[in-house]
Amino acid sequence: MTTIDNGVNVQALLDAREVLKGAPEAAQFTWRANSKWTKGVHSTTTIEKFFGLGQEQTHKAETEFASDHPAVFAAEDNGITPIEYLLVGLAGCLTAGVASVAQNRGIQLRSVEATVEGNHDIRGILGADSDVRNGYNDIKVTFHIDADASKEEIEALVAQSQKRSAVFDALTNPTDVTVEVA
Amino acid sequence: MSAERVTTVVVGAGHAGLAASHFLTARSIDHVVLERGAVANSWRRERWDSLRLLTPNWLSRLPGLDYDGPDPDGYQTAGEVVDLIERFAAVTGAPVRTETALTSLSRTDDGYHLVTSAGELNSRSVVLASGACNVPVTPAFAAAVPPSVHQVTPFDYRSPVHLPQGGVLVVGASATGVQIAAELQRSGRQVILSTGEHVRMPRTHRDRDVLWWMDASGVWDQRYDEVDDLTRARRLPSPQLVGGPKRETLDLNALTDLGVELVGRWAAVREGRALFSGGLRNVCSLADLKMNRLLAGFDQWAGITSPAEEHAPTRVPARTRLTLDLGSGEIGTIVWATGFRPDYRWLDVPVLDEKGRLRHEGGVTGSPGLYALGLPLLRRRRSTFLNGIEDDARFVIDHLAASLATPR
Ligand SMILES: Cc1cc2nc3c(=O)[nH]c(=O)nc-3n(C[C@H](O)[C@H](O)[C@H](O)COP(=O)(O)OP(=O)(O)OC[C@H]3O[C@@H](n4cnc5c(N)ncnc54)[C@H](O)[C@@H]3O)c2cc1C
Repeated sequence: MTTIDNGVNVQALLDAREVLKGAPEAAQFTWRANSKWTKGVHSTTTIEKFFGLGQEQTHKAETEFASDHPAVFAAEDNGITPIEYLLVGLAGCLTAGVASVAQNRGIQLRSVEATVEGNHDIRGILGADSDVRNGYNDIKVTFHIDADASKEEIEALVAQSQKRSAVFDALTNPTDVTVEVA
Repeated sequence: MSAERVTTVVVGAGHAGLAASHFLTARSIDHVVLERGAVANSWRRERWDSLRLLTPNWLSRLPGLDYDGPDPDGYQTAGEVVDLIERFAAVTGAPVRTETALTSLSRTDDGYHLVTSAGELNSRSVVLASGACNVPVTPAFAAAVPPSVHQVTPFDYRSPVHLPQGGVLVVGASATGVQIAAELQRSGRQVILSTGEHVRMPRTHRDRDVLWWMDASGVWDQRYDEVDDLTRARRLPSPQLVGGPKRETLDLNALTDLGVELVGRWAAVREGRALFSGGLRNVCSLADLKMNRLLAGFDQWAGITSPAEEHAPTRVPARTRLTLDLGSGEIGTIVWATGFRPDYRWLDVPVLDEKGRLRHEGGVTGSPGLYALGLPLLRRRRSTFLNGIEDDARFVIDHLAASLATPR
């Protein structure tokens, strides 16, 4: 019996893993977002419903996300830049992973903080230099973790959380993306 | 035409099938060993020229055949392994039928019906020892590689001189991948090594072969039912080890020193370009952490507290390339060192899982009288290697004999 508690129901996740091994259809999820242009480079995206475990699912509440660009881009800054949402996703995903792996390994966490920096050469999106890519050149995540564990164990937590991270995979590996006009 | 009857048929005359025969003979169970080619076929036909075992001679022992040569710490060439297995076949007097391929295996009321290229057989029991590495596995996107690039698997690869001009992209950093990458780079080719999850190991730890530690400390004795995630453990890539007189370590740092360029796991081909993962740093730190934990475990087992030789963390280039234009001529060849799988096309008994893997409990399948030997981590971690066969074959043949003795 572990007495540590990071607030992650690891048993439920392990049970789900066993069940879904034999039921790959139920493991198919579709995440959805709907966005609407406001004005300029400002748009609002809402997220509420998704599909999973064979049926439609709904978040407890609908969430709205504003995307815009900062004043240095000559915009109104009504929200964060879309590419910054990738940092939100990465930080959220890796941190969740750290907490889950720690729970599973019986490691009590006291604090987990991460700084995520994405280096971006904007000459790409401006079309100023065709050799420069549009997206991030690289991303660096720095974790500060206070836990009842050795430095090695903490490094292992962070490594394992990357190994099982959806967003880390989505950012480090190509994904087939289709964009259509309906 | 009536089929021939034997009590037991063993499929495959590699060391596993011959070990089964050894224990069957010891119990006077009449049997035949079917072999599509010659004894030790895999070592004759499916290995590259320079291959040496990564397991030292003293560990390459077979039931009743300990290494008795002059170099217990050396590593055998594929040709020497052929000699070893032939000697084993001779010593055990195994009833091998060479050039006899099994083409169908199905259940009957009281056992199994086997169709071979040289007639039919009926038996009460069957031991599958047809090998775990019959087919090299390649990813589906291999089909999207432009035809100007030559592609080989470890089964076709013989030596650097047989490859067309130009650089080589080696895919996969298991023992096979690192060995072939090193050999090609040394031959003067520029090699790019695409690296996913891998198992890093130093050749020696505290002046002993790292496999001595695996053997002595009990790591290799861990049983299949004690392993946390068995499916994963059975799919573990082979360790980055090479056998050679200098007992060199062949990890990614050694390859970098040779001039090999590391890139991440190959994820896709798009518009004639290979796309590599940006996650190389993570797979390297996972491998470093696991290696350090393994070595610390050895020391703990041995009760040694003095600091051991430090292994520098894997040096990952500050910026790995994420794409490679396959049509640019930079590389002329791709070597797919992306693993192997067994071939069960002839198996008409429902014992495969949804991924085509044999379902078994430590070598005992759910179909009475049907057994397996020679699969990774079949009963213990050492099952993956030559020296694991003795205990596995003894257990499986004991089980087989007991089931024959039970009245039906
Ligand atoms: C590249 C490589 C390097 C390896 N290096 C090492 C090492 O250094 N040390 C170590 O301990 N292990 C090593 N192994 C692992 C293992 O020892 C070998 O795979 C070994 O060949 C396995 O022996 P086996 O008897 O199980 O199978 P195999 O040697 O493959 O024997 C199976 C036999 O079955 C025959 N066969 C298959 N299908 C049929 C059929 N339908 N009908 C009739 N006959 C059939 C084949 O022709 C073959 O002769 C290595 C494996 C590979 C692939």
